[in-house]
Amino acid sequence: MDSKTPVENLYSVEPALNSSSRRSNFSIPSKASGGNSIREVNFSDLGSKPVRYGSRGADSDTYSTSQKEINDEDARLVHINDPVKTNERFEFAGNSIQTGKYSILTFLPRNLFEQFHRVAYTYFLVIVVLNQLPQLAVFSREASFMPLTFVLLVTAVKDAYEDFRRHRSDRIENNTLASVLVNDQFQQKKWKNIQVGEIIKIQANETIPCDMVLLSTSDPTGVAYVQTINLDGESNLKTRYAKQETLLKIPEKEKVTGLIKCEKPNRNIYGFQANMEVDGKRLSLGPSNIILRGCELKITAWAVGVAVYAGRETKAMLNSSGAPSKRSRLETHMNFEIIFLSLFLIALCTVVSVCAAVWLRRHRDKLDYLPFYRRKHFSGGEEDNYNYYGWGLEIFFTFLMSVIVFQTMIPISLYISMELVRVGQAYFMIGDTQMYDESSQSRFQCRALNINEDLGQIKYVFSDKTGTLTENKMEFQCASIWGKDYSGGKAMSQDQEDGYFVQVDGKVLRPKMKVKTDPELLQFARSGKEMKECGHIHDFFLALAACNTIVPLILDTPDPTVKLIDYQGESPDEQALVYAAAAYGFMLIERTSGHIVIGIQGERQRFSVLGLHEFDSDRKRMSVILGFPDKSVKVFVKGADTSMFSVIDRSLKINVIHTTETHLYSYSSLGLRTLVVGMKELSTSEFEDWHSAYEAASAALMGRTTLLRKVANNIENNLYLLGASGIEDKLQQGVPEAIESLRTAGIKVWVLTGDKQETAISIGYSSKLLTSKMTPIIINSNSKESCRKSLEDAIIMCKKFTTISGTTNNTGRTSRAGLTPVALIIDGTSLVYILDSELEERLFQLSCNCSVVLCCRVAPLQKAGIVALVKNRTLDMTLAIGDGANDVSMIQMADVGVGISGQEGRQAVMASDFAMGQFRFLVPLLLVHGHWNYQRMGYMILYNFYRNAVFVLVSFWYVLFTCFTLTTAISEWSGVLYSVIYTSVPTIVVAVLDKDLSRRTLLKYPQLYGAGHKQECYNKKLFWITMIDAFWQSAVTFFIPLLAYWGSTIDASSIGDLWTLAVVILVNLHLAMDVIRWNWITHAAIWGSIIATFICVIIIDAIPSLIGYWAIFEIAKTRLFWLCLLAIIVAALIPRFVVKVLYQLYTPCDVQIAREAEKFQTQIESGAVEIEMNPILDPPRS
Amino acid sequence: MTDTDRVRHRDTKTAFYLFTQQKLPACKPVLTPAWVITIFLFTGFIFIPLGLVTLRASRSVIEIVERYDTECVPEPFRIDKVSYIQDDSIPKNCSLFLKVHKYMKAPIYIYYQLDNYYQNHRRYVKSRSDQQLLNGQKYQATSSCQPVEFNNARPIVPCGLIAWSLFNDTFTFIRERAELKVNRKNIAWKSDRDHKFGKNVYPSNFQNGTLIGGGKLNPRIPLSDQEDLIVWMRTSALPSFRKLYGRIEEDLDADDVVLVQLMNNYNTYSFGGKKKLVLSTSSWLGGKNDFFGLACVFVGSSSLILAIVFMLLHLKFQRPYGDKTCLPWNRKSLSG
Repeated sequence: MDSKTPVENLYSVEPALNSSSRRSNFSIPSKASGGNSIREVNFSDLGSKPVRYGSRGADSDTYSTSQKEINDEDARLVHINDPVKTNERFEFAGNSIQTGKYSILTFLPRNLFEQFHRVAYTYFLVIVVLNQLPQLAVFSREASFMPLTFVLLVTAVKDAYEDFRRHRSDRIENNTLASVLVNDQFQQKKWKNIQVGEIIKIQANETIPCDMVLLSTSDPTGVAYVQTINLDGESNLKTRYAKQETLLKIPEKEKVTGLIKCEKPNRNIYGFQANMEVDGKRLSLGPSNIILRGCELKITAWAVGVAVYAGRETKAMLNSSGAPSKRSRLETHMNFEIIFLSLFLIALCTVVSVCAAVWLRRHRDKLDYLPFYRRKHFSGGEEDNYNYYGWGLEIFFTFLMSVIVFQTMIPISLYISMELVRVGQAYFMIGDTQMYDESSQSRFQCRALNINEDLGQIKYVFSDKTGTLTENKMEFQCASIWGKDYSGGKAMSQDQEDGYFVQVDGKVLRPKMKVKTDPELLQFARSGKEMKECGHIHDFFLALAACNTIVPLILDTPDPTVKLIDYQGESPDEQALVYAAAAYGFMLIERTSGHIVIGIQGERQRFSVLGLHEFDSDRKRMSVILGFPDKSVKVFVKGADTSMFSVIDRSLKINVIHTTETHLYSYSSLGLRTLVVGMKELSTSEFEDWHSAYEAASAALMGRTTLLRKVANNIENNLYLLGASGIEDKLQQGVPEAIESLRTAGIKVWVLTGDKQETAISIGYSSKLLTSKMTPIIINSNSKESCRKSLEDAIIMCKKFTTISGTTNNTGRTSRAGLTPVALIIDGTSLVYILDSELEERLFQLSCNCSVVLCCRVAPLQKAGIVALVKNRTLDMTLAIGDGANDVSMIQMADVGVGISGQEGRQAVMASDFAMGQFRFLVPLLLVHGHWNYQRMGYMILYNFYRNAVFVLVSFWYVLFTCFTLTTAISEWSGVLYSVIYTSVPTIVVAVLDKDLSRRTLLKYPQLYGAGHKQECYNKKLFWITMIDAFWQSAVTFFIPLLAYWGSTIDASSIGDLWTLAVVILVNLHLAMDVIRWNWITHAAIWGSIIATFICVIIIDAIPSLIGYWAIFEIAKTRLFWLCLLAIIVAALIPRFVVKVLYQLYTPCDVQIAREAEKFQTQIESGAVEIEMNPILDPPRS
Repeated sequence: MTDTDRVRHRDTKTAFYLFTQQKLPACKPVLTPAWVITIFLFTGFIFIPLGLVTLRASRSVIEIVERYDTECVPEPFRIDKVSYIQDDSIPKNCSLFLKVHKYMKAPIYIYYQLDNYYQNHRRYVKSRSDQQLLNGQKYQATSSCQPVEFNNARPIVPCGLIAWSLFNDTFTFIRERAELKVNRKNIAWKSDRDHKFGKNVYPSNFQNGTLIGGGKLNPRIPLSDQEDLIVWMRTSALPSFRKLYGRIEEDLDADDVVLVQLMNNYNTYSFGGKKKLVLSTSSWLGGKNDFFGLACVFVGSSSLILAIVFMLLHLKFQRPYGDKTCLPWNRKSLSG
């Protein structure tokens, strides 16, 4: 821990979680990851008297708007149990879903329509149509149609297959059965026939067919548990409630009627606003009253609900759209070059038509009888002009014809090749064993297929902390109880195992997970309540076991006498605490709505839960009021340290409070998440006061949340401090090394976390994000003015460090050339004032100079705001990586979004472009695959430009010798096959397989990643060099045969074959010259293409009806043909070779040196390198 | 080593695993100065001799080229050559004397050469019907032959501009009063005679129109035997071209004088085309053309020069090859 960190800042963090939600309507609720995160669970019971449940979600401050009236226009009215009336005015969607796009009839037109949305295909089509005009028929009909048909066909087959699979799954889903209330009887009905307004009964473990408002459940209190794994991937159970008013109605017996007024269908799976009128009463409904399509009902025997959204209007279907498509940076750059090529194409065509105009003008008197033109036509007896439309039109036609002939100047095939290459690259990324997570058995996933090459140019990485850098597997590490620190829990001896089990009806119950325990503490915990110290320990663990919203699930094991208890809950922290309590002998066995059963040291005890004030982000604590078997009533509170110390009774044992604070400080320095636990015993009068207030608040219709919070605040004071717990969120494997590598690669890593500052900083140090060499600058401000001031100070300070180190500190051995690195630590509150104001610019300036930026206590939308801050101000690429729903906005905002498929569900993965199991995979992903993909794609684009330009230019030169009439010597079929067969395979193979450097080198020298930052593989200069090269090569290819055969008997087809073969061999050898790694596939592709070209040319020339019949055989008999081929290839490639050699030998780039090193020093070093292999790749297997 | 480890280990050996991990054994050539110099030297040593050999072959070809389009028009008509050539009443015969400078070994190829004649013009190239040439009048769809498709509502065989403009100057060669034996057979490609021009297709209604473009064809000889037509129909690639007329199968000695009696029928005057008569022997490389040899010598010598340049560069600015200390991040640590 750096000593410069100001201690006074440690506890000054202010809540800012929801304050920036004004930024947009994005509405995934914040996951309060600091302290305990509890939501939408409400257990409260007073004896057996039923009280109001539910509606809590609607009342929580996130959804406080639900108290407002829903506008009639914006509302959907659902008449319960009356689908006819419900659907009479508006036709709501039925429940049948259709994810398939096409039917057999619509497939052809619709698929074609969609394909022609791509500009490239439309260009293709226009050219083909032009070619069909008789005046412009450059190519024969078959030849002109072939390429387009080929491409369309391939795409159509792919689409058809995908659609077939979707149809099949739709059919299965639509025909699933559900029991629906028809004529007061539940009948089986296919899902697709369910209508909005119908009442549906779901049995345990059934999937829910549509979004329904719960009416009643098998549980007398109206609780239903659902698993939402299909929806958001979270495997824990969520609780949903039926309204008290509908709970007792039995639809079969009494007719349930009512009106639900709810919002229009939307995508927000965590939000729902509605109200329901039943029996003249008006109830408000919130997200906790609705169960969504795709979820499964668990534990609850049955649940009855009324369908409110069906089919494509369900939240699950509205969310099923894929990740938004992003466009790669390289492709954006490429568009400039495409525009240039279009201009060049127009220039070529203009040259041809101007020359043609001049020629026609000069020969205008002779055209009639020119033997090779002969404008006059006599067949009808009348003299008239044949196929001549006047000077102007002739020129216009010439222009259009030249567009047709030179069309490949714009490499349409490039787009198709790029797609294929990306699929290939994705295949290798997915198959990479070094990105395979063995613990979760998850492969790398490529969800977006068009930004592979962007991975090679990432400059900023924005990372979430919890679940991304850390495992998000909370583990109880240590506790400070009554001022004593117990943190010896390291070993887990065998005999402890007996310690925590409880016998129920002759069966042994055991918690599913084992926790390391501190032997001393265990001893105390077991020894009962006699000693005062032990009393505190007893209360402490009782608080941990009781003060939570965990649901215990009893699981069977192969041994019939042993059952396992699995604690299900939404907060991993709570799970960890309950498991810990169980390990120390306080095992939560059963939770029903009115009471909990806790096995205390093997003995079952029943407590009634009198009330529960749940966690909210203002109070940052939760409390539970327990009625003890001995009739005493105690309130247990746990919460974040900042909020707890303000409600602790300071008059008692001040030294205990101080030692606890010290312990807390040391825990959070270790990177532990801390919680403080307190309690107080309630006297009868206190309890009565609280009880009546609680009753009143719960019954209130307006402002219930505020009232309940007030009640909670009244009871949660003057607490008796029990202690504090420290929960470890373990760093993922290889994170420090990964961050080190990324930083060496010149990538700036920013961590954005919802955690508190101390925790964030300590994780920063343990993950090597922060090092002791760095100077931290901390900004915690509470107003805009102080923000401005601290930013300005920070900028000055930052400059000072940079300049001082610039002059004196030359020996800095880090890559950040002689700078003292500065780390900026900023909290969410300050960001509230900075983002969306003019201070953004300052922050950006500051953060540019900092090597590390750590943002703590940030809300999800602020994360996106920070990403946008950088993205909008630089051209650098940004990558966001995260695992939870709170990272979704950031993932979507960044140029590349990476989701970690971890503990927190699949929301992040669904929104991401790439998904993987561990943070450390980012290193191979960026440094290895990103580098490769970028290099390959950059080269492929340039090569495709070159390849088509050479071919077009050869045709262009020939046109100059044919009176500018666009005759092609190269047979039209060769022209068509050129980019389909002759040259396509090698580019694709090379762009998928070639590697400029080995994985080992790339990982050993992360600096090599700089090639992408410097745009070494694709830039304007390379483009121009390539085009000049293409110009030279085409000239050589054309003019050597031209001059060698000038004034000879050569016919057009023969010389055309020579040009075809020369261009193809040249272009393939050009590629071969740039291939870095030759494996057998590369060999097969390149030499195979040349051979295939020969075969194709032979086949074309063996068709008697074509003009070039037998030409290749005739010309191949002559020796000049072969010598010409040889001379063309050598002469054409020499300039490129010379330039390449000069660059490589005298101004080598880093990649080049590393390649040579790889080649010449592997033998010497191989032994040593093997051992010091990066730990990112080979984590020690545990 | 556990079982799974062993499985993994075995897996790593299979080609497919190596493929999916992109670890296929590969050769990675790196350009070292030695390689570069060797490549250039090699190219130089291949191309200079090659160039010299081809140059020699080209020089060994004896060629007599005689332009006759102007000479063969009698003086009084030279002002208006077009009307001369179009006037059927004026005899078109003409005599040329060719002097043989060097001994020419048989076979001596007789070519006629046309310059500024765009046989590759789009309108011209397209104006033919390969189907009709093979199948005769049975094949009706000859619209591509426009504007020479029908005459007096009867189809023309062979149709199209190309056939219509058939070259029809004729040459006879006389040495010392004896006619030289000229073989006019096998001047066209065998493949064309066998598969492109029908054996049962006879010219009909050919060259009967208002506008006569060129030669007439004997209607009793099938197209497959009309070798002049076949040669003519293989349209040339370039606007200056030769077509084979026949072969003289006798040697010509130095200082022989050959009298050529020619019929100057073909009209190139209307567009300023040139007509030449060429007698040429051939070498292993073909006809006389110095370009290729010179180009090879040029390529070869540039390679040699480049090899020398690179050698000097290598001696002067030697860079330690594959030296990691050259990498910028290492360089810094060294200097500091």
